[in-house]
Amino acid sequence: MDNKYHGNLTVSSAPHLVGPISTQKIMAIVLIALIPAFISGIIQFGYRAAILTIVCVAACVLFEYLMNKILKKQQTVGDLSAVVTGVLLAFNLPAGLPYWIAIVGCFAAIVVVKQLFGGIGQNLVNPAVTARIFMFIAFATEMTTWPTARGAGIDATTSATPLGELAKGGADAVTASNWDLFIGNVGGCIGEVSALALLIGGVILLVTGVISWHIPVTFLATVAVCGFIWGGLDGAIFHLCAGGVMLGAFFCATDYVTSPTLPLGKIIFGIGCGLFTMLIRLFASYPEGVSFAILLMNILTPYIDRLCEGRMYPMPKKAKGGDESEK
Amino acid sequence: MGQQGKHLNSIKVSHEKHTSSCETEIMAVPETVCISMSQHIGAPCQPLVKKGDYVKVGQKIGDTDAFVSAPIHSSVSGTVQQITNIRSVTGGSDQVVIIEADGKQELSEEIKPPVVNDMKEFIAAVRESGVVGLGGASFPTHIKLNPKNLDEVDTLIVNAAECEPFITSDHRLMLENTEDIMDGIIAIMKYLDLKMGYIGVEENKPDAIEALNKAIADRGKSDVIKVQVLRARYPQGAERVMVYEVTGKTLDAGMLPAQVGVILSNVTTIAFIGQYLRTGKPLTKKRVTIDGNAVNEPKNILVPIGARIADVIDACGGYKAEPKKILMGGPMMGRAVYSDEFPIVKNNNAILVFDGPQALIPEETGCIKCGICTRACPFDLLPVSMVAAYEKRDVEKLEALKVMQCMECGSCSYVCPARRPLSFTHKMAKGFLKEAASK
Repeated sequence: MDNKYHGNLTVSSAPHLVGPISTQKIMAIVLIALIPAFISGIIQFGYRAAILTIVCVAACVLFEYLMNKILKKQQTVGDLSAVVTGVLLAFNLPAGLPYWIAIVGCFAAIVVVKQLFGGIGQNLVNPAVTARIFMFIAFATEMTTWPTARGAGIDATTSATPLGELAKGGADAVTASNWDLFIGNVGGCIGEVSALALLIGGVILLVTGVISWHIPVTFLATVAVCGFIWGGLDGAIFHLCAGGVMLGAFFCATDYVTSPTLPLGKIIFGIGCGLFTMLIRLFASYPEGVSFAILLMNILTPYIDRLCEGRMYPMPKKAKGGDESEK
Repeated sequence: MGQQGKHLNSIKVSHEKHTSSCETEIMAVPETVCISMSQHIGAPCQPLVKKGDYVKVGQKIGDTDAFVSAPIHSSVSGTVQQITNIRSVTGGSDQVVIIEADGKQELSEEIKPPVVNDMKEFIAAVRESGVVGLGGASFPTHIKLNPKNLDEVDTLIVNAAECEPFITSDHRLMLENTEDIMDGIIAIMKYLDLKMGYIGVEENKPDAIEALNKAIADRGKSDVIKVQVLRARYPQGAERVMVYEVTGKTLDAGMLPAQVGVILSNVTTIAFIGQYLRTGKPLTKKRVTIDGNAVNEPKNILVPIGARIADVIDACGGYKAEPKKILMGGPMMGRAVYSDEFPIVKNNNAILVFDGPQALIPEETGCIKCGICTRACPFDLLPVSMVAAYEKRDVEKLEALKVMQCMECGSCSYVCPARRPLSFTHKMAKGFLKEAASK
């Protein structure tokens, strides 16, 4: 068997075609879905929101690139996951945050949470969410210095967020209306303020099939039910639109790597996120609980996955007495 | 449609059916043919000829007494040049009969329409014809048509889905050999005493559906033979998927369709049986789709069995570019071969030659746990969990995850955004489990 093409042909296993969806495309759709929230952040907080976001993206991509180089791993900058982490982290920050703190946060997200655990797909917890919590504790003052909304100079004064007002003075202390919360006319993090913009992004993710309904719907429904019990219809809408619920439900909790894979698991995960968010908001000393709730559910994810998998494909029961030698 | 109107999971693949309007051409006889003695599942045949013998078209040149086997016939007239062993596409060793064709294509005197009056004679005739599952499985048809529990079988399903991208040979058959299909169905239903016949065709072949419906009406069989229009999704043509979508009955891996009262056979196989009963000409040629971006004239072509891939490509205007990948079969389940010297065998339905990006192995990246693979699996298996269990060589876990249910359709690998070879790993895992069980 010798002929011209002998030995020059690629021999690989079937299938010999690949589908149209790649990790890079999924991340690109997520980025597109984040654009409305980005625009609302710029409208609300001005140019500094844009610059801080760009700084975070650049830092995340650079850290990702360097870590892959240092660890001699396949270069993963091209899959855009570091860009998504950068944007999500920036969206979780107040627009006036010093750049160096943001960069420290990016280091925590990419180097510590993502790359040291093995890079894309291997991290246990969401990099952006975990980095935000780290920054929240390490730089408590800077992370809760909220630039005033539209019209006022960025460095002029600081305003309170609706959830901050709630935590301090109860429901009567909240100055913003639910409509302000919905369209984003309030103080807060860059990408969290406009529920409307985040809903548009969420719809993009659902329509394109990047995410399924399970996590966002159960997350939001749980928050709404708890909010309703707390303060009727107004209370439900307030808790849905305030803080990071929308961003969390559509963009952070749905992170494939750190959320369950099977539908049942996603439902458990979504309910858990909603429940912990509301418990922290209403009973704990922190005004906001979305990040903590997601982090907690991230940690539970392997167990939820195992539970759901075992329900679909149960392991055979060991004979009575068991095999002692295995222990 | 399956039970309660539910479908099994399936995926959308681009159809790439470029050759569906290409009328089948007949390939000129090549100088030599290389006929494998192992063209079916089961025992290989023993050559019945020796070097120097003169053979004619349709002459039996290989057979065996083994039950699971099918005889092999010469596709040309000419002189046996050599009987030798070649490395097979799977890496094993195949005995082949190489025949130098004289171009006269003299027909063997053995060829005459079989005398068939009952089931026993019918099965004997099917065996003599040399036919095997021509859709790709190459399981000897005379065994498939003679199940142990024949009295419990009442339905024939003709698999005409042709869900693999690129391949259009079954489609062309349905347009060009509609009457052969009808003859085959009617004969099988008659001799096996089956009540209903269904032809499962994907909705992307409206002309074939129309031709079949017309032929059924012409024969006055509309009450017992029906065309079942299926969604054009992959893997609609897989045996277990087809049985479910047509009858609603679930077939586990390792079960025969007969266990749920069904005989399922590929449309080309059925048409061949119809043709054989009329003419007595055994299986010596095969309609093959030639396509891919490295061939000059993509087309459907009737190829003498044993013709080499290189000769077939020559008959299609030759290579347009240097091929980087040659597939026997479709891109989803076909096999990449390392040489174009391999001969065409009975179950080949396509030769695809690729150049450029389509020939490259995609770069694998990390699993992002998106779960798209699980939603693609027709049997709701968990590809990622099975791969993880295989990496740990965890026998118990692999069994619990039912890896043996995987039919390696390739859907999970196709949809994986990280380009992980999931399907291939399942194949390895199945081999590992079999090995573990035999210890």
